[in-house]
Amino acid sequence: MAQQNINERLNEVFRNVFDDDDIEVTRETTADDIEDWDSLEHIRLIGAVEREFGVKFSMKEVSAMKNVGEMMDIIAERG
Amino acid sequence: MPRTDFPFDIAALTDYRRRTRRELLNDGSKRIKKKIAVLGGSTTNDVIKTLEIFLLAEGIEPEFYESEYNRFWQDAMFENEELKSFAPDIIYIHTSYRNIYKFLPSAVNSEEEIDNMLKSRFEYFEKMWQRLSTVYNCPIIQNNFELPPYRIFGNRDCFDIHGAVNYIGRLNALFADYARNNQGFYICDINYVAACFGLDKWFDEQAWCMYKYAFSLDAVPYVSFNLSHIIKSIFGKNKKVLALDLDNTLWGGVVGDDGVEGIEIGEETANSECFKGFQEYVKKQKDIGIMLTVASKNDHENAIAGLNHPEGVLRPDDFIVIKANWETKDRNLAATASEMDLGIDSFVFADDNPTERALVERSINGIAIPKMDNPAEYIKTIDRNGYFEVTNFSADDLKRNEMYKANVARSEMCAEFTDYNEYLLSLNMVAEIKEFSPVYIPRITQLTNKSNQFNVTTKRYTQQEIESAATDGNHITLYGKLSDTFGDNGVVSVVIGAIDGEVCNIDLWLMSCRVLKKNMEYAMLDTLVNECKARNISIIKGYYFPTAKNNMVRNLFGDFGFDKISEDEIGNTVWELELKNYNNKNNVIKINSEV
Repeated sequence: MAQQNINERLNEVFRNVFDDDDIEVTRETTADDIEDWDSLEHIRLIGAVEREFGVKFSMKEVSAMKNVGEMMDIIAERG
Repeated sequence: MPRTDFPFDIAALTDYRRRTRRELLNDGSKRIKKKIAVLGGSTTNDVIKTLEIFLLAEGIEPEFYESEYNRFWQDAMFENEELKSFAPDIIYIHTSYRNIYKFLPSAVNSEEEIDNMLKSRFEYFEKMWQRLSTVYNCPIIQNNFELPPYRIFGNRDCFDIHGAVNYIGRLNALFADYARNNQGFYICDINYVAACFGLDKWFDEQAWCMYKYAFSLDAVPYVSFNLSHIIKSIFGKNKKVLALDLDNTLWGGVVGDDGVEGIEIGEETANSECFKGFQEYVKKQKDIGIMLTVASKNDHENAIAGLNHPEGVLRPDDFIVIKANWETKDRNLAATASEMDLGIDSFVFADDNPTERALVERSINGIAIPKMDNPAEYIKTIDRNGYFEVTNFSADDLKRNEMYKANVARSEMCAEFTDYNEYLLSLNMVAEIKEFSPVYIPRITQLTNKSNQFNVTTKRYTQQEIESAATDGNHITLYGKLSDTFGDNGVVSVVIGAIDGEVCNIDLWLMSCRVLKKNMEYAMLDTLVNECKARNISIIKGYYFPTAKNNMVRNLFGDFGFDKISEDEIGNTVWELELKNYNNKNNVIKINSEV
């Protein structure tokens, strides 16, 4: 899957989950950049991304993800 | 607006629920505010957020107290100022298999040990419920336990006393016994929900190990939805009427085209069996007091012929109102609601035709419209939506259909009289108007939560609040039962007055609309005045708080002869009646001992 395409779809997921149309995610985006992105919402976000891309992250992957870029890499690898 | 009913739009309820929540909050509906304390044995964040969506959709705006992770027992058992000042309207205890798996029996335990384990596990919960009930005096909802994720003994697990399946069944039975014997205590049956959802999908070790969610995140809407049914039912938001289409809803085919012999109902074909099963389900709903009506585009005689099909289960007699004509369905439904003196938002409209559903959805607010797309799924579609969730079940529920039918007979008889008073006398009405007694308390509570029209304050009560008004000595409480030639209406009116020296303040005055214009309100007033005089009370103060639905009692106290003493800018009025020159108003109903 092309990174560009993933980025757009991921952006849409973030906007929907946080109900904020101003969000623009980049590879470097982390939880610190989005106000409502706390550990509880993180669970929901992971679920939404999994649903959108039809993938399931392993426990290891979820724990290790440092930023949106790493999430995109895993999606690209699976897609 | 995303749908919030079953079958679920999972993404709208979970991933994108912030947006769903915002849209619901901005849809202009009026909602009652309720405070819900969630005491969890696992992470409850998602359960609460999703519950909020379902409650908003039911006209309830919740505020939550959430215990720290797995602190349900401590929160309940120890002094808890935060929870006390929160003053919950409902307490929900969200525990599951994850909270008992460490205490399950194993192969080494003796029968006696296992019995003791069971007893002490039950008492651990029972003590908590008793304390919560004493301290917070509000309804308690408790999860039971789902079946375990594995069976050490295989099939034997279900009957061997060492088996987890057997043990959980016994523990659930103890919970059920407690619910049966304690009013204001309800079981949220996650055992059933987990079975519907599928245990293999339900148990999600990743969700447990990483986030301490007791079950898969995708199961959350199912649990929260099931829980929301209990809550909205306690707060009087249940549906009361199932309005049914006929062709391809209650039978296969079109009776007007195919003839009675051509419609599919019975056991001849797969399709006809589906419809028969659905009719049986609907009949069982009627048996618990759900009122049935017909909204069908048909010639009336064809509709009746279809309902008299020898293989059918439902008969024309099972319906309170049958509208089979060529008028649009939204108009027929509105007319039905007004004939029954019920709000249209207490209706569920079941129709296989998406066009009809869309029309009704566009023109009627608050009516529930299940997606009846596949006859094989009709029952599930209605059942899972919990429209008629039975939290309290009273003898009146069993009789409701007969009572509404008797009303139709009464109005026919009324037409024969020219003098209305003579008509009332001919009914030979007899009322029982007395202080609240335990046997009527469930029905009284139910009435305080669902009467909207003839209700001056629209104050809602929990069962505990009704019990305390009945016994605290500071209130005059009256229930009124009315029967006549055509039958017993059961408890139809409730009055609660708070005593303040020589003044009795009317906290609640309500009456079921099924006894409108029978002078029952006069009989209640006469009795209240007597009760007041017996307590040396000289003044009764009445209050009217306007809502969207209670305009019919705007001038009730005025009609009673009260003087209006104040009115504010939003129409709240206060009234006063001096008792010394009061003359009885009722002369058509015999009350209590006069019988």
